[in-house]
Order: sequence, then C-alpha cells, then structure tokens
Amino acid sequence: MGLILLIVLWLITFASTYFFIAKTWWLPPGASASANVIDHHFAVTYILMGIVFVAAQLILGFFAWKYRDRGSREAARYMHGNNALEIGWTILTAILFIGLNLMSSSIWASERFRAAQPGALQVEVTGMQFAWYFRYTGLDGKFGPTKPELIDPSAGGESAIGLDTSDPASKDDVVTGTMYLPVNREVEVILKAHDVIHSFFVPAMRFKQDAVPGLAIHMHFTPIATGDYEIACAELCGMGHYKMHGMLKVVSPEEFDKWLAAREAEKQ
Amino acid sequence: MATGDFVAHSAHAHAAPQSFIRKWVFSLDHKVIGLQYYFLALTAVFVGMFLSLLMRIHLIWPNVSLPLFGEMKPETYLSLLTMHGTIMVFFVLTTAPQGGFGNYFLPIQIGAADMAFPVLNMLSFWITFVAFMVLLAAFVVTGGPPLHGWTGYAPLSALPSAGPGQGPGADLWITSIALFCIGALLSALNFITTTLDMRVKGMSMMRMPLTCWAWFITAILGLLAFGVLFAAGILLLLDRNVGTSFFVPLVIVNGQITAHRGGSPLLWQHLFWFFGHPEVYIAILPAMGLCSQLVSVFSRKPIFGYKAMVYAMLSIGILGFMVWGHHMFMSGISPYTAFAMSVMTMAIGVPSAIKTFNWLGTLWHGKIRFTPPMLFAIGFVSLFVSGGISGPFLAQPVLDIYLHESYFVIAHFHLIMGVASIFGIFAATYYWFPKMFGRMMNESLARWHFWFTFIGTYTIFMPMHYYGMAAGLRRYSQSTEVAYIHNLLPLQKFITYAAFVTIAGQFIFLFNLFWSMRHGERASDNPWEATTLEWTTTTPPPHDNFAGHTPVVYHGPYEYSVPGAPRDYVMQTDPAKIATVA
Repeated sequence: MGLILLIVLWLITFASTYFFIAKTWWLPPGASASANVIDHHFAVTYILMGIVFVAAQLILGFFAWKYRDRGSREAARYMHGNNALEIGWTILTAILFIGLNLMSSSIWASERFRAAQPGALQVEVTGMQFAWYFRYTGLDGKFGPTKPELIDPSAGGESAIGLDTSDPASKDDVVTGTMYLPVNREVEVILKAHDVIHSFFVPAMRFKQDAVPGLAIHMHFTPIATGDYEIACAELCGMGHYKMHGMLKVVSPEEFDKWLAAREAEKQ
Repeated sequence: MATGDFVAHSAHAHAAPQSFIRKWVFSLDHKVIGLQYYFLALTAVFVGMFLSLLMRIHLIWPNVSLPLFGEMKPETYLSLLTMHGTIMVFFVLTTAPQGGFGNYFLPIQIGAADMAFPVLNMLSFWITFVAFMVLLAAFVVTGGPPLHGWTGYAPLSALPSAGPGQGPGADLWITSIALFCIGALLSALNFITTTLDMRVKGMSMMRMPLTCWAWFITAILGLLAFGVLFAAGILLLLDRNVGTSFFVPLVIVNGQITAHRGGSPLLWQHLFWFFGHPEVYIAILPAMGLCSQLVSVFSRKPIFGYKAMVYAMLSIGILGFMVWGHHMFMSGISPYTAFAMSVMTMAIGVPSAIKTFNWLGTLWHGKIRFTPPMLFAIGFVSLFVSGGISGPFLAQPVLDIYLHESYFVIAHFHLIMGVASIFGIFAATYYWFPKMFGRMMNESLARWHFWFTFIGTYTIFMPMHYYGMAAGLRRYSQSTEVAYIHNLLPLQKFITYAAFVTIAGQFIFLFNLFWSMRHGERASDNPWEATTLEWTTTTPPPHDNFAGHTPVVYHGPYEYSVPGAPRDYVMQTDPAKIATVA
C-alpha cells in the first residue's frame, strides 16, 4: 500500500507540474507596460511554490513507502519533536512568504499607489446589466455631467449613461460600446457602475478592477501593442454575467485620432 | 485547571431517556445530537454534490435537458451555484466536523458525561435543521433560489428587481443564514464552556488531544465570526424589505431609480469576509486536528511538535481575523489596506507550513499502518499542500489582479477548504465509525473509495488551475460569449468527465456506511490501539459515556512506541508509572 501511495502521489505531482511547465494553458501574451513585470513575478512565485509543492509531495510519498509497517519487531522512533527544527522552518517559511510579498510590493505600488500621469487619456468606463460603455471627453478635455433620471439603458449610447446633453461640456463627449485606445499612451480609466457591481477585466493588459455603484474608481494602464483584446466581466452581476463582454481595440495614435474625430462628426 | 468530578456528574443529571422522541429526535445526549448533525451534513453533501453535477453537465452541454430543471437557463445555473456554495460551506463543512464529530467526541475525549449545556446543544441542532429547510424552500418559491452566489454581494443581493431569484428566494437565503448563525453561536458557547470546564482530573489543556484543541479554537472563531455575519444578514434583510440603505447607494435597475441612497456595497463585503475568512478555518481546523491525531495513531509515533501544533492553530485562529481584505483586492478598497492585508495573509501561510512539516515529521521513522482513516489523513496532507501552495499566488495583490474571480481561485479553495476538509470528514467517519456503531466499516470498499476520491479530486481540480491561468472566469453559465473562454472548453469537458467518475465513487462510501451499520464486523472497544479516552469506554459508549465511572488522566494523548512499555501505546488513563516499567 505504501508503494502504491508513493507511485500515485509522484505521478500526480509530475503530471500536474508538467502542464505548468509546458504552459499548455497559459496567460495570453501581455500587451501592457506592466505585463512584463507582473509576468516575471508570476514566474518567480511559480518556481518557488513549485519547488515547495514538488518537494512536499515527493517526501510525503517517499515517507509513506519508506516507513510503512513491515511487520518487523522494531518499534517506531519515540520522539516528541525537535525545537531547533521547529524554529528553523518557521523562520525559513516566514522569510519565503513575506519576502515574496515584499518583492512584489513595488509593482503593486506602481499599479495602484501612484495616480495616472498628467496627460494620460481619460476614459470613463460604465458597467450596467449587461454591457460596458466607454466615454471620451472630446476636445474640451472635460466630461459633461450625467444625471440618474436621464438614464435609459434600453436606448444605449449617451442615454444609457444619462448624459445631460443640454450642458455645453457634454457636446463633444463621445460614448461608445467598443473601447478604442492609442498605443503607448497611458490611459486613466474611471470605473463606474449603475446597478450592481461589475468588474472590468482585460486579461492581455493584466488589468482588473471592480466597478462599484456609488464610487468612481480611478486606475491606469498603458497598452503597448496594437490589436484587439477581449474585455470580460469578472464579478457576478446577474443572469447575463457570462455575456457581458466587450472589445478593446488598441490602435496607432493617428488611427485613434481619426476614429475619435469621426465619432465627433457623427454627433454633429 | 478544571478537575471535573463535580461538574461532570452534575452535567449528566439528565437520565437516559426512554421514549423514541426524547431519545432520537429531541435528544439531549451529545452523541445523538452529534449523529443528527452528521446525518444532516450527509444529506446536505449529497444535495450539494448533485447540484454541482448539474452545473458540470450544463457547462459542457448547455442545451441538454436535465432532470428536475429541463433545459437550464443562465439564471438557473447561477441559482444552483449559490445553493451549492451555501449548502457546502454552511451545512457540510461547518456542520459535520464541528457539530457532528465535535459534539460526539469532544466530551468523551476530555472525560465528560455530556456537553456543558445539553438543552442548548439540542436547540443548536434544531435551529440548524430549520435553517437547512428554509434554504431548501428557496427551490419552490417564485423565481427560485437567488443567483447572487454564496457570497451574496450587495447591491445584487439587496435588490429584488436585479434578477430572477432575487425576490422571495433571496429573503429565504438570508433568513436561512441568519438562523444558521444563531445555531452556530449557541454551539460555539457550548464547545468553549465544555472544553474549559468539563475536563476530568489530569486532563490539562496541554494533554488534550489535538482534535479537542481544534474544536476549541474553531468554536472561538465561530463565536467571533458568526455574530458579524448575523448582523450583516439582518441589515441586508432591512435593506431589502424596510427601505434602509446600508449596502445600496443610488442605483438604477432596469431603467428605474430605486429609493436607496448613500449605502456602501463595500460594507457588505467587509462584514461578509470578516466572517468569511475565519469560516475557512472553521471548516479546516477540525480536519487539521483530526489528521494530526490519525497520523500519530497510525504511524505509532507521538505527534511531532505537539506544542508547535497547538501554537500554529492558535496563530491561524488569530491571524485568520486580520486577512479578510484579501478577498477584496479588486473591490475598490484602498491599495494600502490591500497591501497590509496581503502581508498578514502571507504570514498565515507560516503556521500552515509548520503543520505540514510536523505531519511529515510524524511519519518520519514511523511504522505506518495503512488503515482507511490513515489513507484519508495522508490524502488530506497531500491536498492541504496542493491547495495551500496556490495561496501565496492569490495573497499577492499583484498576481490577484489577474487571478481574481478566475477558476484558479475555485481550484484553490475547493482543494483546501472543500476537499481537504471533506477528507477530514471521511477520515473521521472511518476512524470513529466503530465507536459510534459498534462495527467496522468494510476495508476494501473503503480503499476503493479512497482511490476514486483521491485521484478523482486531482483530476477535477488540477485542470481548474490551468483554466484559471488562461483567465477562465468563474460563475459563467456558458462559455460561448467570450472567445478566449470558449477556447478552453476541452478543459471543462475533461473536468466534467472526471467529476462523473469521482461522484460515482461516493456511492461506494454511502453503501459502505449503511451496509456496515448492520453487517460490518463487530468492533472491539479499541480496534485501532489508540490512546485517547473514547477508546477506554465501551463500544458504543453508554448514555453517560463512562458508565458512572470518571476516568483520570495520567498521560499525554500521543504516547506511542514508548520504550519499555508493555505495548506500543500507553492509554491516557494508564497508571502513571507504566512507561518506566522495564
């Protein structure tokens, strides 16, 4: 029985580890400025935790086989533990776990402690059951006011977010259902939700943040590769949660300007 | 130290009942109440498992017609996951290890005749029972069960108009949880008082089996955590039915502005996770205590580092209340709070690692007997490591940005809080069945059950890590709408097939349990040659546990292979001098 346990435990360990090493299912290629450092920290954590995982399982299997009752007269070793060992592995794991955490703290700080740079492109992202809307300030650099009583989700577009179109600042606001961003320019997203909590997740950007009713949450990321990226809702928001997805199109700055100008023109 | 002669005798003042109702239904006997909790959890686990099976089928064949549900709608899928989570977390993982085995064996292991408050004990069970019935009632009301998940995040859970199931189903769900909290609070008081006041002479705290320590610490966690959840539940009921706005700001649902103003959705999350994280330890601590016990018994060796084990459990208990924010890294809390919570979370990995080292240390130079409970104890250690190792990923907010709400999280907590705890329940069943029912469970069926479950668990939950690594999201009723998630369908298929096989294996257990009650080999008083007090009394134990005699304890709980002793184990009640007889 000890031998079977050893074989099963070792097989499970090797099979599980294989798919992590082979990266059969893995993160999509990173497309934001911070993706590299985040992925690097992923790798560090993987290697360290992988070693702990493999070592612990292999030892468990080995001990099960090695110390099985062979029916001999020899008794098990009478011992109550070892204080030096206890202190040793307490300190080692504390260093490993807390150290790992401190290593990643600077990445967290640059993602979340610091605000967006001046000159970042502002995009307001609004989640509602079950769609995302994206608003750009237009040329004036200002978002026009929105009013709850003007909100009509079934109408879509400006009405869905309740834009007060009588206000001058609203005149050049652009509201879309697809997110366009220029490459290599930081974007400051302002996350809002109308009804329940949603979560704005762009796997390729290594970006996720909940959109919470009553809050306007400011976050930032910088896309560094052009292309189409899927946006998925990552917080259970009701029956249509699974289909609350959107597209992020990262384009060259010229294309972006052209696209925004075309939207402005449509409004006039 | 409580030298419990007086207390122990006064507590079993209630005589053995004669009528069926007082003996088996409204019983004051902790052993009967323990069994009641156990069978409640057994019923619940099969309901919960059935729901998960339906979900697994729907995920890979969304258009197939299912028993009871027909072709499943997205909202039905969500209501099933809500019920699955709620049933499993509350009525299985909290109920069986503590209410079931804790009730049955805590008094016996410390030499008491019953729990400190038998009437309270009976009330705790029946309140829990009613809570379960109220929860199941959500299946038959208009709209069905709520679809807000077992975490019930507001405003979704607070707004009856936010979706089907958010009407009466959600009210029943909250009521059920509030009732459950009352039962759990009463039970926690009982466990704490019993442990502190009812120990027999010689049973100092540091001579208690680690199972008793685990139940004791679990009860303290329960006392501190369930009160907060209860309060949160009441506030949520008020928001839903009275028009208060604790959790709901101004929101627009279906184009209508609701009457709520100024509430905070994050407040619910704080209150919920202040309970919710300790709850993880409420589920796993009893399994930790039990597996420590089993690894020692069946390695025929004292537990490695008894004190370290006690201190580790205590620090897990204390730190467990300082880490709830790691569920909220992406919720909009201050990033500084997130960082502090993340440091505390990584710190809680340390006592968990200490426990693993000590289990391995106990096996080291042991003489291992591969009985069914030992197989499940070793399985527990393996799963605890596998589920634990993903913790440091999720505990770092930088990595949680990507992993939050993905299947990686599902894999993590199912392995460590779900299946590892359930391995504890299986191990406890195989270990204590002879004491509870006077017969042994069939050993070869038990082995088959172990292999099915152990290998099955890994084939289900390892692939979920990969699914999460590829950003596959939880709580998606279908993968058709998001292209990159749709590409992961083969993994989902594999997981569902693995679930079929693993679930089938559970019927081996069910059959063995009921078959062995009548046909199992008769058990002796101490079939495992273990040392703790439950093995000193008859099988099954009499109404007052020790037949009018009060045991006196002279030894620690894990005296195996003591050099010079006549046998390879020294009972806790053996005379003090026995170990030194050459």
